[in-house]
Amino acid sequence: MSQNTLYDKVWDRHKVTTLPNGQDQLFVGLHLIHEVTSPQAFGMLKERGLEVARPDLTHATVDHIVPTGNQDRPYAEDAAENMMVELEENVRDAGIQFSDPTTGDQGIVHVIGPEQGITQPGKTIVCGDSHTSTHGAFGALAFGIGTSQIRDVLATQTIAMEKAKVRKIQVDGELGRGVEAKDIILEIIRRLGTEGGVGYVYEYAGEAIENLGMEGRMSICNMSIEGGARAGYVNPDETTYEWLEATDYFQERPEKFDELKPYWESIRSDDDAEYDDVVHIDASELDPVVTWGTTPGQGIGIHDPIPAPEDLADGKQDTARRAQEHMRVEPGETMEGYDIDVAFLGSCTNARLPDLRRAARIVEGREVADDVRAMVVPGSQRVQQAAKEEGLKDTFEEAGFDWRNAGCSMCLGMNEDQLEGDEACASSSNRNFVGRQGSKDGRTVLMNPRMVAAAAIAGEVSDVRELEEVQTA
Amino acid sequence: MTDATEDIPSVDYVEGSGVPIRGNDIDTDQIIPARFMKVVTFDGLGEFAFFDLRFDDDDNQKDHPFNEERFQDANVLVVNDNFGCGSSREHAPQALMRWGIDAIIGEGFAEIFAGNCLALGIPTVTADHETIDALQQWVDDTPDGDIEVDVAAETVSYGGNEIGVSVDSAQRQALVEGIWDTTALMKSNENAIAETADSLPYVDQTRDEIRSDD
Repeated sequence: MSQNTLYDKVWDRHKVTTLPNGQDQLFVGLHLIHEVTSPQAFGMLKERGLEVARPDLTHATVDHIVPTGNQDRPYAEDAAENMMVELEENVRDAGIQFSDPTTGDQGIVHVIGPEQGITQPGKTIVCGDSHTSTHGAFGALAFGIGTSQIRDVLATQTIAMEKAKVRKIQVDGELGRGVEAKDIILEIIRRLGTEGGVGYVYEYAGEAIENLGMEGRMSICNMSIEGGARAGYVNPDETTYEWLEATDYFQERPEKFDELKPYWESIRSDDDAEYDDVVHIDASELDPVVTWGTTPGQGIGIHDPIPAPEDLADGKQDTARRAQEHMRVEPGETMEGYDIDVAFLGSCTNARLPDLRRAARIVEGREVADDVRAMVVPGSQRVQQAAKEEGLKDTFEEAGFDWRNAGCSMCLGMNEDQLEGDEACASSSNRNFVGRQGSKDGRTVLMNPRMVAAAAIAGEVSDVRELEEVQTA
Repeated sequence: MTDATEDIPSVDYVEGSGVPIRGNDIDTDQIIPARFMKVVTFDGLGEFAFFDLRFDDDDNQKDHPFNEERFQDANVLVVNDNFGCGSSREHAPQALMRWGIDAIIGEGFAEIFAGNCLALGIPTVTADHETIDALQQWVDDTPDGDIEVDVAAETVSYGGNEIGVSVDSAQRQALVEGIWDTTALMKSNENAIAETADSLPYVDQTRDEIRSDD
């Protein structure tokens, strides 16, 4: 059993009681909701004659279905319009704050929480979305929940959970040129497996993690769930506090920052904390990682050969065979030179301002390859606005990228941004599952945002380091 | 506490015929593609379970156990490892439940998926690869054969065999004691909830302030 980790401390502070089946009832400090997984929960609440217990601790946005092109109401697609109307009614009736597209604050739920300063260390944060683990980058205990659990949280501001084990992932060494946070997490998932984190929460620690800005930490925590871990976190430090101090929440309440800082410090894992497992990764050994298959664990360094299924563990062989058939790749080949049709720069993993900045440096003065459709979908309206003011929008557009409005977009293909037929996509998102990007024959290659930019320019998966001399951000 | 839980049935036992879905890492996008989630209720999701694996572009049926006549009455799904990985969408177990599934036996389940199943009263019980493989083979050979999932005893019986399975202890107790729907149970702890909230430094409003807003 872990002891004195951030996870143990935050859990204890939020524990209301132990339920008769042995699960703990935990208080939820922040409940984020969006249009896809919440309407049924509000419906169940109404059926039971219950009200939203803590609208003050609930925050809504619209991201999954929101069009990223023309956002005039009513939305072109009836189903999307209906979901938006349903959310608008639910938040209005309950008095829940809603970052809708007219506010300038709308965006992917895991981008806007940190942006507005409502994502804070030592909070329990839940949302009906598995990438809620993102918020762990701030030292919050954050995880995705299903719709029945959303009902529970709306009705009680609590959730029933069993305590997980804690695995410390110690990432030492310095990242090499052109290698990013995304590559660290893809490597972790490749090594520990897509199911390796089931029953665990991941604590990311070590020099390479501490050296990352908040956006990089978010990219890593974001994909904890791809490794099977429902939550992942980084202990809060000065980098975290600097981010927080600059947010609206603390700009409006500077006294609150001083008041809360001792709490944030107190929930950090102790130096002598005990973990259920510890894993070491050497960041200096990493190359940019790309996926060759249809699970996020099927990744390799850009110059490494695609493994032969028979060389993998027994339980991985069939999945690998099916994946290689779907992706049309052969063992022994590298992914370098794999033709792409689409480049997608977006998602809650990699669509924050620094991600766009780094990618823009690659495309500046270059042109998207013929026959490649390339798009940038900023993670939020604020990212979009800031990027525009910095000139990134112009850079991308001049290179031939389509500059779109904020949303989840082609990460999961619930709006108009979808792969068609068997298109191959270089994607900065988090899942390469069959059908994920809107076409069941579509092929997704996951990679970091600079690698997406390089692929867009070359028309094929490429080593960004060879395209240009770049500085590690 | 009795009041809070009296309407929730105990799920200590599920009996019926099986349907095998083979393969590790079957993700929620395969169980229910995202385009079918543009809905505000879960009604009717059953017909979209495994949709892209069951139908081609022209809506013709492909080879898939959910399409096979002999499995149409099945209510016990038998799967391999890391089933239900990916998104938190409850639409996935909702689609399976609405197709007719009452219990799932597998090598392993993604955590959020298993939690979502529990919230619907669907047991997710586990056994090792060889045991599951043998059961899947038996179901293939005996599609109308009876499988008994005893959640309380942690056993599965079929064709004269009884195998030991694991059920997470909290899940087992919640199902057996009929406390898997937790809303009313948790709401009954209102005072303790308010005390916890008021003890947290970041919660701005106390319970009394929330009430005075009404």
